Formats: sequence, C-alpha cells, structure tokens
Amino acid sequence: MFKKILIANRGEIACRVIKSARKMGIKTVAVYSDADAEALHVKMADEAVHIGPPPANQSYIVIDKILDAIKQTGAEAVHPGYGFLSERAEFAEALSKLGVAFIGPPVGAIEAMGDKITSKKLAAEAGVSTVPGYMGLIDDAEHAVKIASEIGYPVMIKASAGGGGKGMRIAWNDEEAREGFERSKSEAASSFGDDRIFIEKFVTQPRHIEIQVLGDTHGNCIYLNERECSIQRRNQKVIEEAPSPFLDAETRKAMGEQAVALAKAVDYCSAGTVEFIVDGERNFYFLEMNTRLQVEHPVTELITGVDLVEQMIRVAAGEPLSITQSEVGINGWAIESRLYAEDPYRNFLPSIGRLTRYRPPEEVAADAIAVRNDTGVFEGGEISMYYDPMIAKLCTWAPDRASAIEAMRNALDGFEVEGIGHNLPFLSAVMDHPRFISGEITTAFIAEEYPEGFGGAALPLDTMKRLAALAVRLHVMTEERATQISGAMANHRRALGRDWVVRLDNTEFKVSVDQNPGESDVLFEDGTSFQVASDWLPGQILARGEIDGEALIAKVQSMPGYMRMRHRGADLKVRVYSPRHAELAALMHEKLPPDTSKMLLCPMPGLVVSINVKEGDEVFDGQSLCTVEAMKMENVLRAERKAVVTKIIAKAGDSLAVDEIIMEFE
Amino acid sequence: MKEILDQLESRRNEARLGGGQKRIDSQHAKGKLTARERIDILLDEGSFEEFDMFKAHRCVDFGMASQSIPGDGVVTGWGTINGRQVYVFSQDFTVFGGSLSETHAEKICKVMDMAVQNGAPVIGLNDSGGARIQEGVASLAGYADVFQRNIMASGCVPQISVIMGPCAGGAVYSPAMTDFIFMVRDSSYMFVTGPDVVKTVTNEVVTAEELGGAKTHTSKSSVADGAYENDVVALSEVRRLVDFLPLSSREKPPVRPFFDPVNRVEDSLDTLVPPNANTPYDMKELIQKIADEGDFFEIQQDFAKNILTGFIRLEGSTIGIVANQPMVLAGCLDIDSARKAARFVRFCDAFQIPILTLVDVPGFLPGTSQEYGGIIKHGAKLLFAYGEATVPKVTVIVRKAYGGAYDVMASKHLRGDVNYAWPSAEIAVMGAKGAVEILYRSELGDPEKIAARTKDYEDRFANPFVAAERGFIDEVIMPHSTRRRVARAFASLRTKVLANPYKKHDNIPL
Repeated sequence: MFKKILIANRGEIACRVIKSARKMGIKTVAVYSDADAEALHVKMADEAVHIGPPPANQSYIVIDKILDAIKQTGAEAVHPGYGFLSERAEFAEALSKLGVAFIGPPVGAIEAMGDKITSKKLAAEAGVSTVPGYMGLIDDAEHAVKIASEIGYPVMIKASAGGGGKGMRIAWNDEEAREGFERSKSEAASSFGDDRIFIEKFVTQPRHIEIQVLGDTHGNCIYLNERECSIQRRNQKVIEEAPSPFLDAETRKAMGEQAVALAKAVDYCSAGTVEFIVDGERNFYFLEMNTRLQVEHPVTELITGVDLVEQMIRVAAGEPLSITQSEVGINGWAIESRLYAEDPYRNFLPSIGRLTRYRPPEEVAADAIAVRNDTGVFEGGEISMYYDPMIAKLCTWAPDRASAIEAMRNALDGFEVEGIGHNLPFLSAVMDHPRFISGEITTAFIAEEYPEGFGGAALPLDTMKRLAALAVRLHVMTEERATQISGAMANHRRALGRDWVVRLDNTEFKVSVDQNPGESDVLFEDGTSFQVASDWLPGQILARGEIDGEALIAKVQSMPGYMRMRHRGADLKVRVYSPRHAELAALMHEKLPPDTSKMLLCPMPGLVVSINVKEGDEVFDGQSLCTVEAMKMENVLRAERKAVVTKIIAKAGDSLAVDEIIMEFE
Repeated sequence: MKEILDQLESRRNEARLGGGQKRIDSQHAKGKLTARERIDILLDEGSFEEFDMFKAHRCVDFGMASQSIPGDGVVTGWGTINGRQVYVFSQDFTVFGGSLSETHAEKICKVMDMAVQNGAPVIGLNDSGGARIQEGVASLAGYADVFQRNIMASGCVPQISVIMGPCAGGAVYSPAMTDFIFMVRDSSYMFVTGPDVVKTVTNEVVTAEELGGAKTHTSKSSVADGAYENDVVALSEVRRLVDFLPLSSREKPPVRPFFDPVNRVEDSLDTLVPPNANTPYDMKELIQKIADEGDFFEIQQDFAKNILTGFIRLEGSTIGIVANQPMVLAGCLDIDSARKAARFVRFCDAFQIPILTLVDVPGFLPGTSQEYGGIIKHGAKLLFAYGEATVPKVTVIVRKAYGGAYDVMASKHLRGDVNYAWPSAEIAVMGAKGAVEILYRSELGDPEKIAARTKDYEDRFANPFVAAERGFIDEVIMPHSTRRRVARAFASLRTKVLANPYKKHDNIPL
C-alpha cells in the first residue's frame, strides 16, 4: 500500500479523500492556490504545497505544478478528485512516466470515454442501449432533416464537443430540424471551436439515472447500483438519491450489467459512472461515462457500505476487489442535497464572501437514520469567486425513502449558514414538494415546478400553527427574562398575560398560553392546542422544539420589530403581540418596499470605479452604466432596456452595500 | 356617592378622547397612533399613572375661552418598562394639533422635575404643530421652561425623544438637547424653518421629507440616532434601548440574566482579519461575536459609518462600544466619526457605562474639506471625551493603530484600563510605505532599496510587540478568546474608582 498520496484537488472532495486515506494510515499531501492558503483541505492534510495564484488555470490544472508538488513531497500516488485534472488523459500519462500511480482508470479508458461520439460507438459495440440516432456527423441542414425523420421526432441536435446546454436544440418537425442544425452549428463553432454536430432521439419524461461501477486491474468489475440525479437546475445536479424511486430490479440489473460490459470493453479499473437517460417506460439509453469519482458518490456509499475512495486507492495499489457482485446489496435509502453558495432569491446568483456562521447539523451514524456532511469549508472561511460554488454535500440515510426525506428536512432545518447567499431554503422546499415526495420526477422538475424562480416556500396551515406555538413559547421566555432586569420597582414588577396574538407574515393566530419551565400548552382560538417543549434559551439561533411530540427545528433571530423565523424553506417575519398591542399594530400601514424596477441597484458589495453615463442621458439596452469593483474584479452593470437616466446617486469612489441605489431611470 | 364616582369616570372618559373621535380617526388614517395608544405600547401594560389629566389652558384670546380640552394636548405621567420606572410625556396631535401652551409646558416640566428628583429617565413622544400661537409669548416661555429642564436633567437621567409627527421651529430644541432622538419613517420631520420659509428666503425648493425627514436626520445631519418603520416598532425599540440604560447617573447600568457562556470561544475570529492589510472586513461581526447573544443596539448606524457606536451586554450588563469600521473609508477618523463617537463616549461616561473600544484605524482623513471643516477641533472632541472618561475602559487593537489616531482611540495613555491587542495589530506612527518615504527620501529613486526598507519597517513595527514591550499593550490575546478576555477585564474593573479634579465644568472643544 502507498505510504503517501497527493490530492490534486481542493474543497470538499479533497477533504473527503484525505479522510479515507487517513483511515487507511496513508499520509496525505494537499495542494493549494493563494486563495486556499487557509482552506480546510490544507489544514487536514499532513503536508501542503503551494501551487500558484487563485485561477485554476494557473494552479490546480497546471500539470507541471502538480508534478513538482509530487517530486517535492515524494507522494506515490495521486487522487484527482472530480473536475480539474480528473479526466485529463495527459495528466494520467505524465504520472505514469514519473512512476507515480494515478488513482483512477487507465489512460485508454479516459481517452475513449472523453469524446461523446467515440464513447457512444464503443457503448453500442459493447451492447449498451444507446439513444437511437445517427452515429456519424451531419453534413448539412438537409442531411439533418433526413436523419431526423428516420429517427422519428422529437430529436435532439447536439454539438459533439458540447456541454452545459450550449449547442443543443430540440426539433419537433422538419422545419425546426433545419433551423436547429444551423443554430447549433454556429453556436458550437463559437463556443467550442468545433462545429461537429450529431442528432439523436429526444427522450420524453427523461430521468437522469447513473450506475456506479468499480473495477480492478485483475479483470474484475462490479456495479454498485444506481443513483437518481434528476433534480437538476440548468444541468447542474442539485439533489441525488440512491436507489432510484423509479427502477425495478430487472431494469437495475440490465443497466448494471450493460455498464459493466462497457467498463470491461475499455479495460476500466477504479471507480466510474455510466450515465443513462431513462424515459417514462423505463427504456434507458447510454449518455456518457464519467471516468472519475462522482460528486454524488456518498449516496452509493450509504446504501452499499462500500468506501469508494478506499476502493479506488486499493485498486490503484494493485489490490483485487474485495467484494463481489453478489455481495453488493441495497440497504435503505440515501439522499444528497448539494449546498451551493448561490442565492435562490436572486435567481441563484453565485454569492461570495466570508462564512460568518457555518454550523452543519451533527453527523450521526445510527441504525435509524444517518446524517453525513461532506464539506470543504468552515466558519470564518472565505467563499471565493474562483471555484465551484458547491460548498457542502449533506446526505441522510434511513431505512426507507420517506424517512430519509424526513431526516433531510430536519438536517436542513438544523444547518446554519450565514454571511453568504445559499440554497438551503430551496433544498428544503424541494423536500416538501409533493411531486418530489411522490418520486414522479424528471430532469425538468425544477424548470417546471419553479418556472418563475424561487420566492420562498409556502407552509401548510398545520406547520404554521406549530411554528406559531413555538414562537409564542420563545417570545414568552424572552419577555420573562426581560422582566428579571435589575432595578425593577419592588412589588410593581411587570406581569405577563396569557393571551397573545401571533403573526407569521400575514397569517394571524390568537392563542392562550400556559407556560412552564420545560413546556408550554398553547391553545388556539379554534380549539386546537399544542404542547410545546423546547430547551431553547434567549439568544440561541437554533430553536429545537417538540410540538405535540413531533420534532420541529427553526432558525430564529431577533430583528427590530419582529423575530425572523426560518423553517422548511420559508423565511417568516413573526410578531408576537399582547392583544392590546395587536390591536394597535393593526392600525399601522403596510409599507410597500420601494419600486426598484426603475433603479439600478448595486448587485454586490463593492466600490464604484466609474459612472459611465450622465443625468439626462438616454441609454439603450446593454449599454454600460456603471463599473463596480468587488473582490478585485470589475463588474460592468448594463442597462436592461431603453431608458432615460433621471438621477445619479452614487459616484466614483463610493463603497456600496448590496442593493444600494446607484441611479434612477424615468 | 355613586354619582360622584360616575362623574369622575365620565370626566376621565372625556379627557381620554382628547380632540374627539374624528381627529383620532384622522390620526389613524395617517398610520399614526394617538398619544395614549403610544403610551400603551411604550410602557408595561397597565403600569401608566397619569398626572394632570384635567389640566386645561388659561387662554382667553382669539376665542380660546370657549375651546378647552382637558389635558391640553399632552399626556404625562410615569409607568414602567420591564418593571423599571420611567417618566413620559406624549403630545396629543388631536388636541390643537399638539401645540404647546403655557399649561402644556407646565405638565411636561412637572414630570421632568419628578424624573430628576427620583432618578428615572424621561421619554418624550413628540407630535406637535409648534407653539400655541393664540398664547403668544406665554407659549415661548413654556418652551424655554422645558429647555431649561432638559439642560438641568442632562447627565442626571437619560432623556429620550421620539419624533412621531411634526416638530418644527423652537420645538426642535427640546429633543436636540436630549440624549437620543428616534424618528418614525415617513410620518415625522424636524426642522428649524419649514419648506415654505426656506423657499421665501433662499429660493430653494425642498419637501418636508427631504428637508427634515428621518432619512435626512439619520444619514446627513446626524440629528437623529435612529429611524424606524412605524410607531409600534419605534416604541418597542425604545423599550429595548431603555433595558440597556441605567435609570440615572447615580446607578450602575442594569443587569439581567444571560444565557451566553462568558468563555464562549469563536474560532472564526482567528480568520477575521484578512491576510492583506488593505482588505476590509466587517467590524460588526466582531462586535456581535463578543456580545452576549450577539445583541448589538446600534446608535447612529446610518451616519459616519466609518465608526460604529452602540450598546452590547457582557455577563448581562451594559457595555458601550466604539469601533472603527474598516468597511467604510478604511475606518479612518474624520469630522463626522469623531463627533459621533465623542458624544457617545460622553454619554457612557455620564451614566457609568463601561466602554469597549475596538481599534482598526489608519489615521485621520486628509484633505482640505476636513481641515477647513475643523478636523483639528472635532478630532479633539473624541480625544477629550476618552481622556476625561472615568468609567472602565477596555481597548482591543484589532489591526491598524497608526499615528495620532492610535492615541485617540482609548489608548493606554488616555487612562485605558486594560489595553489588549490581537497578534495582527500594527501599532506605529504610520503605515510602512509612508514611513519609509519620509525616512529614506534620498533613496526614493531606487525601488529595490525602498522595498527592502519597507520590509524592515514592517518587520520592526507591523506588530503589537513593540508597544507590548513598553507596556502600552497589557497583553496580546488570541482573537478566538476575545469575548472571555474582555468580559474578565470588565469584571476586574467593576470596583474601579477614579475621579477627575474638581472643576465647575470642563471646556471641551465644542
């Protein structure tokens, strides 16, 4: 076995690899850029080597710099993680020249699976079901129409070098096929410098389901079941689970065996993933093979009990697999939620900055449920603009899907992240979405269910009442503490009443409370009542309660005039009033937030470098209005439509907070 | 007897109705509460004891003899906030537009006199059209009587003003002399001369809101210390502020039970100061992580944002905070920030509130606008305020403490009791670059030499140890243990005794 390995990656995956290596008694070497000098993976590793400036193309993906780090530290093997150099054949080759093991598949497999057309041909040859389509390249638009009608509409027109939705068109008839071909071709040429186009059947009600394979250098290869990754936003996976709620045993076996056949066809060893698209009739078609460890591998680990990273290291060291196909089972259900530093309320705009608070839920590995959090960040750490916005992968496991979802809801409620925008509320909302719960999902789930973006989750009445009951308990505790201040007039202390009015945003409940140290009885006007137990103390952000014996976790913060309460993807302004205060508060006018549609707001905290227009200027769509420097990057803010500048409020040199007004339009 | 009792009740009911239901409805239509409703929010329920409910004006001119409303446009008395006594006057806009008459002023003066005598704060809820014109000079005399009491009460009991409607002309000078002014957004304004007069005299066209609204006074003029969305929020926040304040200068600040461990460690503070000395960070994060339960009541948060002032609690007891904010103007001292902080320091000192100073200051803001504006005298205010303060003073130098600004920010030399520094502190006459340019002017043409000199200077002075060697810093502390260290420092100072030499009063450079 290796004595020391280098991890040519950063963030959570570097930390993940270090954990397995440490468990195996292997020393680890981290590499880091300037931006990562204080990063978690650097702290966790036994040694760390600085490899250059923050941009990945000057550090993490510069092969020579990694090779230098290897020479400097005497690492015997390299784990590439995912992304960066993980699927670069050139890198694997350079390592083998150096006599250093690559913890991944052989060069040939990387090369073969790296090209979409080649991999599809190989898959078809290996007997893997592929999407009906034309294997060759399309010459011109008329050729495209001919092929499309042979395959049968709808068809997908795709760039060979494509990815991320670029150079992709769906055509439902000849006319669209002709136009789609021209568009895809020009887009592909400009985006990838490669205008090769192919056509395939467009799969309806598509699900993204992938098979985890694991091979060794002794010719053994097994599959570790599937992962369903249909919850995606613009091709970015958000929530994954294993097993899939859709596959039956027969389909699973067929997919698994085909995946293994493909792996064997390219002499695959190490961990790999064969991605399929599955339609509503459980027809499955090969998409591509990822010749690396996948981001969402933990869900497979949770249901199979196999440490994939450990297996990869063992395979790279030449050991044969210690498990056989028949030993691979499915134990329970696992779900993964990806925590992204993206603000769901601002159309998932990436958010950077300091994590002023980062408290993941406690990891547990119990019989009933398990909670696992793979992370690469820490409280007080910095989320930089240079790398992937994914900062943690929260996984839960339970014996069945419903319990795993419930465990995820609670884990998300107990996850504290402040200082940056993040998608926790969105993840919570999906966990409560009836269509997700039913398992009737497709890759279009997010686009279909959140067509206008995400504006916070609406909670059912029962949940609102439970929150109201908890809020009253917290409020009464806070007020009771307030009455214990020193200097109060003896014998004339403030006494609290029993009746309260609770407003959660615009939903109002009248309640009456019997408060005792350990628990409160909250009686609602409609006659229902809840028993609330909570060990919360004033000042704590996480409020864990049991409402009639059912766990409820909310994040609470005291704000001027209200209590902010976050739970299950909802972000509520909660006001608890005495009946008299409620009566008076009702007289207050609702102040509508100012109409910002005619203003240019600063999208991130930064420094105004220049204002590029004058008052009275007529500006047109796309015209540069202002330049703001944030994190040493200049961002040009442009007009979204034709307008006249009426007032310029900010000036060059001003330092602005997010949402500060820069200028107003007519 | 029953009849007599009923008579009292009916007279009370009449008084409670103020200017009548129609005017009450009109007040509500503006999103404003009435004088009595405001008291209901401000004080503990059922705690209000009213005085002078039947007091009426004595004016007979201009037909006033036939118009008399019991209470005369202001509701006065005392009550409690979380059981602690406060005196209140609340102007009633429904009665003669809340205008101030001789008798109206007498009512205010009565509660102010009692407040000073009994050692309890005065809270004024202002909603008044101005002087009662019909009364002429009697009304002006009434204002002056109130002013004189504001002056006498200053430093004896906390005085808080909430501007909840118009407040114009001479009326502004009573709030102006109180300790804190809060405003209600969109429904309150303050100015000496209104938009009409402004237009006549200077030809400027300006709305009441632009001239004297909450935004103007919290962000431009610094007249107001805070602004809130509506009456209910404003009054609830005043309750919150009162919980931080002693009832009078004769007592120590209040203490209440706390649930936040004193020895709470905040590892994230070890990475608060960025590696690059010119990169800003948010000082509020440090304040919140030091404070009990992260609770920070900020004073003047929209004005001179390069310095932060406000109250926190440590071990349940109030501490005043002054902190440079590197996010704005690199946290430098200028006219506005010096004035803002000086007034706050003097408030704390007057009311026995210990002061925690968090320092990251690159110096004074240079420039003609600062010099012409008198930064010398304004900067001296803060220096003076810190130097004369006898309350416990604990200082933490977080990063930069350069030049004269180092001296000003509650340094050891100004009788700082416990002066800590983080390892990231740089205590020096100026930054390395500036210092080298002066010390090695002859070598300026040689960038290599200058770089070497700069590095030498940094190695020698860009740390807390030179100051620590001299005892100007009592201890270099770990950022993560700041809460515990600061709390223990204040604990050790609870019995501090220090008095300035006798004088009639000092002569702070106003």
